[in-house]
Amino acid sequence: MPLPYYVSPEQMMKDKAEYARKGIARGKSIVALEYLDGVLLVAENPSTLLHKISEIYDRIAFAGVGKYNEFENLRVAGVRHADLKGYSYSRGDVTGKALANAYSQALGNIFTQDIKPFEVEVLVVEVAEANGAKNEIFHILYDGTIEDEHNYAAMGGQADEIRRFLKDNYREGLSLQEALQLGARALMVTQNKALTERDLEVAVLDRAKERRRFRRIPPEALGQLLEGPK
Amino acid sequence: MTDEQWQAVFANYSSASFGELLRATSPHLLPALGASSPEDPLVSAAPHGTTVLAVRYRDGVLMAGDRQATEGFQVAHRTIDKIYKADDLSGIGIAGAAGPSMEMARLFQTELEHYEKVEGEGLSLEGKANRLAQMIRMNLPAAMQGLIVIPIFAGFDDKAGVGRIFKYDITGGRYEEAEYFAQGSGGKDARDSLKKRYRKDMNKEEALRATLEALLDAAEEDIGTGGPDLVRGIFPTVKTITRSGFGEVPDDEVRAACEALLAERKGRL
Repeated sequence: MPLPYYVSPEQMMKDKAEYARKGIARGKSIVALEYLDGVLLVAENPSTLLHKISEIYDRIAFAGVGKYNEFENLRVAGVRHADLKGYSYSRGDVTGKALANAYSQALGNIFTQDIKPFEVEVLVVEVAEANGAKNEIFHILYDGTIEDEHNYAAMGGQADEIRRFLKDNYREGLSLQEALQLGARALMVTQNKALTERDLEVAVLDRAKERRRFRRIPPEALGQLLEGPK
Repeated sequence: MTDEQWQAVFANYSSASFGELLRATSPHLLPALGASSPEDPLVSAAPHGTTVLAVRYRDGVLMAGDRQATEGFQVAHRTIDKIYKADDLSGIGIAGAAGPSMEMARLFQTELEHYEKVEGEGLSLEGKANRLAQMIRMNLPAAMQGLIVIPIFAGFDDKAGVGRIFKYDITGGRYEEAEYFAQGSGGKDARDSLKKRYRKDMNKEEALRATLEALLDAAEEDIGTGGPDLVRGIFPTVKTITRSGFGEVPDDEVRAACEALLAERKGRL
């Protein structure tokens, strides 16, 4: 039996991280923005059938970038976690924090134990119950690193440039339309072409809704919101 | 990856089902009941006795139920709701032993929502009705011991553009009703009443009237069914399911209609 080559742990982790980062950098980006009545999620996604943004529970949404089959697996696992918890306790006991922690654990374990790490980043967003209370945005990386973000978050191929743009242009108390236009402009920062409603997938966690707050914004309504006065 | 491993992805078609998930990961949360005999005092003390009904009308389906839960010869609860929203386009009216019935309604709600989230689109009305039939069949061992659960399921079929009503038997048999149906200890009285008053293409007011008359008739004949309680201001639950979703007929409207009916009866007797 041939002896396996020795690779130092540092080198192995570095290689895995580089591999995952490269995979994610190839994909398109997603931004999340807090606005007056909730949280807005905008993804560059020309497909209307393969979603990057989805509902998890009453006040919780999920967004993923990178390899579709990998973040789709994570999404379904999240829905299972949330429904199971809500069924055995109560709907109010399902929290974004617990879910974000579960994702962090799962991605961390995969990163250290599997040969191939997941090439994904995910956002777990929970909208606050009432005006004034804080929304929660958790950003989980391919290696299980978890950060909680405020006001806005970006992930995907050009996340750094987008984050810089949002840092300069974001202000609190945006309306839905203002937030959407800002989000669309942020996604255009690194490219020359203009993004229309056909290139975007948009959903909100709308505090004004009853119980299930997640709502997709269909292309027709999206076109109107994008075109309206700045 | 071996052949079995990747083929399992296709065989695992029930992965969008919350019930299957419970069975696989947390079987202790499944509503299942231990063995006991029909003579068991615990079983006969489980609250039951009810009238719930569904009526088709112009815009969809109207569902209604009385508010009383009975425990033997005692009133267990005066303000229980027996009509639950299953999802945006369907509702479930529960009849039978109260505990298992409510548990089944809750599991059914979660089942529909879970499917919708995992698959990205809701089940068809037919699919929902069949799923409920399977859940009733699962309850058969408990039903044989007296803990019967036989709901009514009704909803708006957005493909066909009409309201539809499904009734069940304790073995999970599923039958579609074209006009109306009533279930529970006062179900027969309500059905007899609706038989005389039902007309095709009623508007909402007419359907509400026929419904409340039927519930009133059932409450008069059946001790397990509560009538309108004018002292405490307790009136039947009435819900509508139409193209635009699951809605509630406000209490004030039900109260006004009930009072008009009672005044009319008073004049007649």
